[in-house]
Formats: sequence, C-alpha cells, structure tokens
Amino acid sequence: MARRAVQTALIHLTLIVVVLLVGFPLLFALIKATQTGAAVNSANVIPSTHLWDNLVSAWNGAKLGLYIRNSFVVAVGITVLKVITSSLAAMVLVYFRIPAKSLLFTLILLTLMLPTDLLVVALFDLVNKLGWANTYQAVIVPFAASATGIFLLRQHFMNIPGSLLDAARIDGAGPFRFLLSVLVPLSWNTIGALTLIQFIYGWEQYLWPLIIIRDSSHQVIQVGLKSLIGQASGQTDWGMVMAGTLVAILPPVIMFTLLGRQFSKGFVLSESK
Amino acid sequence: MDNLAVFKNRWLALLMLLPTLVVLGVFLYYPALETLRLSLYRANFVFQTETFVGLSQFRQLLTDPSYYQSLLQTVIFCALVVALGLAFGLSLAILVNQPIRGAAVYRSLLLYPYALSPAIAGTLWLFMFNPEVGLVNNILRSLFGIAPRWLDNPILAFGLVTFAAVWKNLGYNLAFYIAALQNLPGELLEAAALDGATPWQRFRHVILPLLSPITFFLIFVNLTYAIFDTFSLVDILTAGGPTLGKTGITTFLIYRVYQDGFQNFQTGFAAAQAILMLAMVGAITALQFRAGRGINYGA
Repeated sequence: MARRAVQTALIHLTLIVVVLLVGFPLLFALIKATQTGAAVNSANVIPSTHLWDNLVSAWNGAKLGLYIRNSFVVAVGITVLKVITSSLAAMVLVYFRIPAKSLLFTLILLTLMLPTDLLVVALFDLVNKLGWANTYQAVIVPFAASATGIFLLRQHFMNIPGSLLDAARIDGAGPFRFLLSVLVPLSWNTIGALTLIQFIYGWEQYLWPLIIIRDSSHQVIQVGLKSLIGQASGQTDWGMVMAGTLVAILPPVIMFTLLGRQFSKGFVLSESK
Repeated sequence: MDNLAVFKNRWLALLMLLPTLVVLGVFLYYPALETLRLSLYRANFVFQTETFVGLSQFRQLLTDPSYYQSLLQTVIFCALVVALGLAFGLSLAILVNQPIRGAAVYRSLLLYPYALSPAIAGTLWLFMFNPEVGLVNNILRSLFGIAPRWLDNPILAFGLVTFAAVWKNLGYNLAFYIAALQNLPGELLEAAALDGATPWQRFRHVILPLLSPITFFLIFVNLTYAIFDTFSLVDILTAGGPTLGKTGITTFLIYRVYQDGFQNFQTGFAAAQAILMLAMVGAITALQFRAGRGINYGA
C-alpha cells in the first residue's frame, strides 16, 4: 500500500515538472507581457500590471490590430471556401453518375503530393501576372479547394445510409435540397473537424504571405510578428512582443476549445470507416 | 457503392466540381508544371529573362558541396525531430495515462503547445535565448558567469532550432498517442499481466506493437512537419544561419529554395531545387504506401 502511494506521488511529481517545462515558454510569455522597462529584460518573473499598456502599444503602435484583422479575413476566407467547394465536390463524387469518376478522384488526391511551399516560385510568377500581389485574394484563392476536405467528406457521405437518399428522392428533393437538408445536418462533426483543421492551417500560413505580400496593410500576423520584433534586436520591446504573441495564439485556442470535441468525433468516425 | 449515385445531371455535376477543379488546376497543377519548365531555364523574375539551359542547373546542384551539406543537415534535423518528438510524445502519453487523480488536467495542460504556430514558437524561443536580455542567459550569467551566444554558435543554434521544433509539435504527438492508448484492448494487457509479464515486457511486447499503426502515421506527419512547417520557426530564430562549413547550419532544403528564389533571385535554380524536393516527397509517399501494407492494423 505504501509503495503504491509513493509511486503515485512520484508520478504526480514527474508530471508537475514536465507540465512546468513544457508549459514554461507560454507561462513566461504571459508574465513578460505584464512587465515593462528593465523588468522585461531581466530574470524577474513576478507578474506586473502593464499588460494593457503592452497590448495597446502592440495593437496600435506595432500594427498588431491590422495584422490580426488580415489573418482573420484570410483564415475565415480559406475555411469557408474550402468547406463549400469540398462539400460540392464530395457530393458529386458520391451521389452523381458521371464518367471517369475514379480518375477524377485520383487527380484530386494527387494534389496532396504537391505542397504549395514547393510551388511558390511558379506561383509567385502566376499571381503577379494576375495582378494579385499585395491583395487578400493572393493568400486566399490558391487555397480555396482541399483534397483533404473532399476525402474526409466523401468518406463520411459514403457511410450515410442509402435509405435516406431514397426517402429524399420519394419526397421529390433535388440535389441541392438533399445536400442542404439531409447531408449537411448529418455531417456536422466532419464539417466541424474540417473547419478546425483549415482555420488553423489558414491562420498559420507563413512562407507564401511572406513572399507575395510586401505591404503591411495586407500582411498576416505570423509574418507580422517579425516586424513586431523589429530589425535591431537590441531595441526590441519584448513586453510588447509577448503581448502580441498572446493575442496571436488566442484565435486557434478558441477554435480548438469550441470545435475540439467535433474534431475527435469527426476523426473517430472517419477512422472507423 | 455506385448504388448511391442516383443523380444524373452531368452539367450540374460539372458545375459543382468546377470550383475545385479550377483552383487545383490553376494553383497546384499549373505551377507544378511551370516549376518543372523553369527548372530547365536560367530565369530571373526581376529582369524577366529566360535562357534554356537543359539539365545544367540539376548538374550544378548535384555537384555543389553546399547543397549536399543542406541535404545532410535536413536529414539529421528530420531524424531528430521525428525520433525525439515520438519518444517524448509516447513517454508523456503513458505518464498522463496512469490512473491518477487530475490526469485530465495534466493532459489538457500538455496539449496546449499544439495551438501555437511555429512562428510563435520561434518568437518565444528567440526571446528566452536572446544572449543579452533573454531569461536563459540572465540565469546562466548570475549562476555561472557565462552567456553563450545561442544563435551565433552553429552547434547551439542547431540544437535550439531542433528542440523548439520538437516542443512545438509535442501536443500533436501526445494527443494521438493518448487517444491510441485509451483505445488499447484491455483484455490483452490483463492477459499479459496475468502471465507475469513485467511492466517493461508489457510495454515492449504488447503496447508498442499495438501502437505501431499510430506510430507509423505519426512518423510521416512529423516528417512533413520537419521538412516544410518548420520554415517559419527557422526564419524567425536563425534566418538559416549561422554559417558552418559551406552554408548556414539551419539552411535546410526548403529554406534554400526561398533564399535562392526570393533573395538571390535565381528563379530557375530555385525551381530545380523544388523539383528535386518534389521527387523526394514522392519517394517518401511511395515508401509510406509500401510500408503501410506491412503494418498490422489489428483488423
């Protein structure tokens, strides 16, 4: 019995140390975001009261507000477009009788082997020729379709009982009625999971915006962090930078809290076929 | 399967597929072909010049010692990120999966690094390891009177980037391992325990083999992460430096494409590198499919 208690205590101790180690950079950012002046640049880890000042100076002075707004436009735009295009495409792949269907699906899946990060050289040329440099569409439209989304929704649609389709047909429902009043309500978990994955993907874009957006009025937060840090690192206002990073972390954390359960459900469903 | 396919309006089907086909065609397939074409040209976006040079840029790459150095650095970095990421992920998952009070709290606290982007991870580590004002050197200075130049010393910088990358992805690995551990068939573990298997034997011969599908999946996810997604972490922490030998110690393959394409403006040369990397990605995917057939999914 005593041996068991010692073991449990040891596990707790190890876990507390591990949580502190793993969580430390975040905790550290939280503390430093409340400090100002010399305290930020010292080993002092006692929270102070300057969080709001740091937030305001990042938000207005260092354009954090602008970057966050741009990231929202981009991440939401990508997510909404991907969910719509993927639902339409998956519906055709499952419920329509069309020629060369499996070839089409293969061509869609093959794009998983063409990561945008490797195509930036040619994409830069293309998007410039379209006249889209320094615009939102440059960072949204190239990501408006998703092989992952089509794959997940197709899997999900194929598991919806065919009897529902028959019932809808007997009631005289056309393809769009069927999509909106049968498929979508039955797919919230998958759509939720997809929304979460794509929002975080959109929010974390870095290489492509770094290349194609040269003017800060359309720049996203991930790249904007660099300008918050500034060029001369000796002059960096780290309290302000830490406040900025906290704001940049919030949207994915909120999305994760809201949709995390959908995510695991959607994932489990697609796992169990 | 096709009994579900009841709608026959082909025009409508085409219309519904059109957005996907246009986006994938214009922004993935076309740039891929264009990258292939550019790799055969000595091209420059700034001056809008193009000269056909055949395969000479590939020859130039494959005879360039600094390219091999980048390749080697990328391989070592990927191996470390995958190995350390999975080892830490699995050990922590086993630890928080113990039947103790508050396990759920520990779990959610450990998952949070996943919500961070690599760019933010880079920013946090840049501050902590800043040689003058960072916390780590403030402590080292007062305790031992030393203040290492973390980002100027090649070995330290490489280690720092590696650990930051592993730390950032820990939550992801942990989430999948925790879920997998909770889905293990209890009867098998009980049977092993009844047969007198020690905890280590149970781990080595029962748990580990049962986890192999998820481990297999995580290896490739972490590999993709290490090759592509760590770009922003590197860009913010070290910008590819510091130099060791022929090139920057953290100038990994993807960073090289960026440097040559958008800092040195050698468009065609960058395209050739992208084509080589696409071939490597293709090889890894093929390997994944082949190896995947040999994995026991327990079904």
